[in-house]
Amino acid sequence: MTTKTLIVKNLKTYYKTRLKEKVCAVDDISLELEEGRVLGIAGESGCGKSTLALSLMGFYFPPLNFKSGTIEVDGVDIMKLPYEKLRTDYLGTKIAYIPQAAMNALNPTLRISNFVLDVLREHRPDLTKEQMLNLAREKFEFLHLPERVLSAYPNELSGGMKQRTVIALSSMLNPKVLIADEPSSALDVTSQKIVIAMLKKMMDDQFVKSMIFITHELPLLRHVADDIVIMYAGEFVEKGTAEEVIFDPIHPYSHALMASIIVPEEEMKSKQLCAIPGAPPNLKNVPPGCRFADRCSFAEERCKKEFERIPLIHFGNGRYSRCIFSESELREKYAKKAAKQHSENYYE
Amino acid sequence: MNEIFSDQTLLETRKVCKTFGSGKNAVNAVIDVDFQIHQGEIISIVGTSGSGKTTLAKILLGLLKETSGEILYKGKPRLLKSQKERRAYWQNIQAIFQDPFSTFNQFFRVDKILNDCLKLQGLEHISQKEKTEKMQDACKFVNLKYEELYNKYPFELSGGQMQRLMIARIFMVKPNILIADEPTSMIDACSRSTILDMLMKLREEEGMTILFITHDLGLAYYLSDTIYIMESGRIVEKGPAEDVILHPQDSYTKQLVSDVPKLHEEWVLSY
Repeated sequence: MTTKTLIVKNLKTYYKTRLKEKVCAVDDISLELEEGRVLGIAGESGCGKSTLALSLMGFYFPPLNFKSGTIEVDGVDIMKLPYEKLRTDYLGTKIAYIPQAAMNALNPTLRISNFVLDVLREHRPDLTKEQMLNLAREKFEFLHLPERVLSAYPNELSGGMKQRTVIALSSMLNPKVLIADEPSSALDVTSQKIVIAMLKKMMDDQFVKSMIFITHELPLLRHVADDIVIMYAGEFVEKGTAEEVIFDPIHPYSHALMASIIVPEEEMKSKQLCAIPGAPPNLKNVPPGCRFADRCSFAEERCKKEFERIPLIHFGNGRYSRCIFSESELREKYAKKAAKQHSENYYE
Repeated sequence: MNEIFSDQTLLETRKVCKTFGSGKNAVNAVIDVDFQIHQGEIISIVGTSGSGKTTLAKILLGLLKETSGEILYKGKPRLLKSQKERRAYWQNIQAIFQDPFSTFNQFFRVDKILNDCLKLQGLEHISQKEKTEKMQDACKFVNLKYEELYNKYPFELSGGQMQRLMIARIFMVKPNILIADEPTSMIDACSRSTILDMLMKLREEEGMTILFITHDLGLAYYLSDTIYIMESGRIVEKGPAEDVILHPQDSYTKQLVSDVPKLHEEWVLSY
């Protein structure tokens, strides 16, 4: 039987702005993560991906605030734990987080070994300094990071190397859940590949039991993730396995997102890129009904009226979509649209 | 696609080199680069970080001086000695940079930024109404609303909006050549296609020549007619986009192509 490393139920978090407005960036999100699986979260900027990652850590700094919901890591609801216990026993050991642009987080005046000691002193006070450094050396060697990294300053390392160092540091204590927020977005393709290969290796060798991978690069998710959720305006709009969501999206938003993928493959040159018109709704006061309706090319009047909030509908086989139309209705619409586009191109 | 651009060479470089530092510490950032940009062509320069792409762009823009080599604009050596010559050159060549957040002067409002473009064109004398109309046109071209924006400061806009404002600037100046240095690397996939569409539109409607600098082969393939692959300062492969991406010859190009995650092919993650 597979064990679940992370169970999140109805998580709601919000930002409180200077003007006392509430921006609900994570709105009623539930997810489950099984051991040995990678969950990919995709969506455009400002949809709440990074806020979700931050919220999952269980500690909140203003302006981010917790509203309701439970976060169970390894069977324990971390929201009920006192802060000090959460910090020493859970963060870093059970659940670890690699923030966006993590490589800029390294203090340029300290050697990498200082960061290693910093992490290990907090969580493994029983070890001596020599043991700690040996542990780090083993880990670095295993991840193919040269030993000189330990005695180097951050500015002596390249971008890709810094990112890999940060990942090695955050997984130093073999966490059950690793949350990686755009770990490769600031890197070029070659360094990106090395970083991803390293994350994969950590998964394969059980250093990290399960992973949440956040990115907006869908081709990347296809190779990294087992399951994908698509996020829009603070909520999940589609959920399924990686293959299903990328090659056979159901929700109109994911469908539009797939149309904006660019890869160096033969059919790309003739592909019609479709940009989604408009901008996502302001999360300060979200309109009732479907949040995507204003930008959706299939929207009807009832999209905004029928429900106060459209529920996430289960289509069977673990596929979910948050749309008022049924699967067959949507497929019919996509076929019609494709046929129309095809004939337009033909007459041109 | 090949019929769109003409045979007339607009910008040409001959054995351009750039060396930073001297003696033991010399770094050759750009080595013997030769290329021609034709009127109306979209060229991509692709390479990993540190391959000298941005240095080359800065040399072309006249922001850095080449160590050796020649740069010809419309067949004549380009002159950048006096302010007047530089000004004339920048009426013809303009750029979009990588980081939309640091391209604008934070103290100038949007209308001032757009107004400065008119000045560069030498259009100070036209009436305020005409100026406003021109600015509105430019904003309309990039799907921004001038009425909502003109009184705002750059930091009040989102990244996508700023990048579009950058393109609105280009639309107003109407240069012959646009150098786009990784214009989409800081924005997400969805706004990226909007930006790419606008670049294509600039070429179709204004006949603009575009030099696109990127590390993303997918983008280069989608957008360009000709691709140059750059590795540590040298151009290692050049040719029509189809040939370079689908049938790469050089080992470095092959490696680059295999490093990009694709949709329909397995991605071999060797360690």
